[in-house]
Amino acid sequence: MENHVQMLTETALRISGVNPQKCMKCGKCSGTCPSYDAMEYHPHQFVAMVEKGQIEKLMESDSIYMCLSCMACVERCPRGVEPGKLVEAVRLMKIRQQDQNRKNGNDIAAFADENVPQQLLMAAMRKYRK
Amino acid sequence: MIYSYYPGCTLKDRAKEMDKYARASAAALGIELREIPEWQCCGAVYPQASDEIASRLSAVRALMNTEEGKLVTMCSACHHVIKRTNYDWNRDADFRMKATNYMKPEVPYDGSTQVLHFLEVIRDEIGFEELKKKVVNPLTGRKIGAFYGCMVLRPGKELAFDDPENPQIIEDFIRALGAEPVKYPYRNECCGAYVALENKNCAETQVDRALNSAIANGCEELITACPLCMYNLVENATRHKLPVRYFTELLAEALGVKEG
Repeated sequence: MENHVQMLTETALRISGVNPQKCMKCGKCSGTCPSYDAMEYHPHQFVAMVEKGQIEKLMESDSIYMCLSCMACVERCPRGVEPGKLVEAVRLMKIRQQDQNRKNGNDIAAFADENVPQQLLMAAMRKYRK
Repeated sequence: MIYSYYPGCTLKDRAKEMDKYARASAAALGIELREIPEWQCCGAVYPQASDEIASRLSAVRALMNTEEGKLVTMCSACHHVIKRTNYDWNRDADFRMKATNYMKPEVPYDGSTQVLHFLEVIRDEIGFEELKKKVVNPLTGRKIGAFYGCMVLRPGKELAFDDPENPQIIEDFIRALGAEPVKYPYRNECCGAYVALENKNCAETQVDRALNSAIANGCEELITACPLCMYNLVENATRHKLPVRYFTELLAEALGVKEG
């Protein structure tokens, strides 16, 4: 089990390129996050929890789908930690598993109406499923 | 001057007018936007994980098919994805090797394509002073706010579009067209993006905050370069509303080529 946790942690760090040890815990990422109120775990917690190996908790939380990929935390982190990349990595680790799509193609297509831009549908295809 | 042009999916459908006004304006400015052959969807979102290879290939193909050396984008999302993929190509040997091995192109991409947003073409290649001279229908008296959103600005290191925290390119553009640019605090924040699909309330909150900020500072209309910002600013506006147009429509209007 310990090996499994270690493997998950290493994967998150490798594919995100984030080094959580650079974090000085100032909280600016969460302070600037437009989705803060909608998240169970906030951007600064992603950094701390990945460092502690608590990836599975993050993978099971809806917080990974609340990130807007707006890059505010990536841009504004004074230490260049870039928490948004960790959120993306954990989300990918979740949906890359068999039968773990957040939504399937039909769910996403059903959202289309005469105003919804292709850009939104395509973004959802990439963010919610593999 | 001829530029290669990547319009992107949304500009072929829901944002057709953004493309139409861009082409008409480019012609009035003495520029030809030459659409690259057989382009594919950029993917709309940049895949941030370093082991995502396939999801960046369509951007690589667009970069490879740029015959004119400079590839012009119009949509913020296409610009974001293609520009960042080009950045990766020139810095990440592992990505370059895997993508090249997969595509096996006759001539490997050498990384030399320059990705330019149409606003950058206007600022850096034409110049706002020159643009001003071409205006036949100055938009005098109109108070216009820029809604930058996220994707043309961040990460600033990679996009290198403008100061990501205090941009001015669209304000300078508005001024060149004869209107009065209005700066407001939330012009470079998120519109709610694709999360609007499963959480409409999230988009409503972001849009309400941005529109409240714009109106409080005196904006009477907004312009954007992003079809998803356009969608959220219009469809998810609740308490506050403003007319929103693509920047190319404003340009076509000032250059006198909006009709016909």
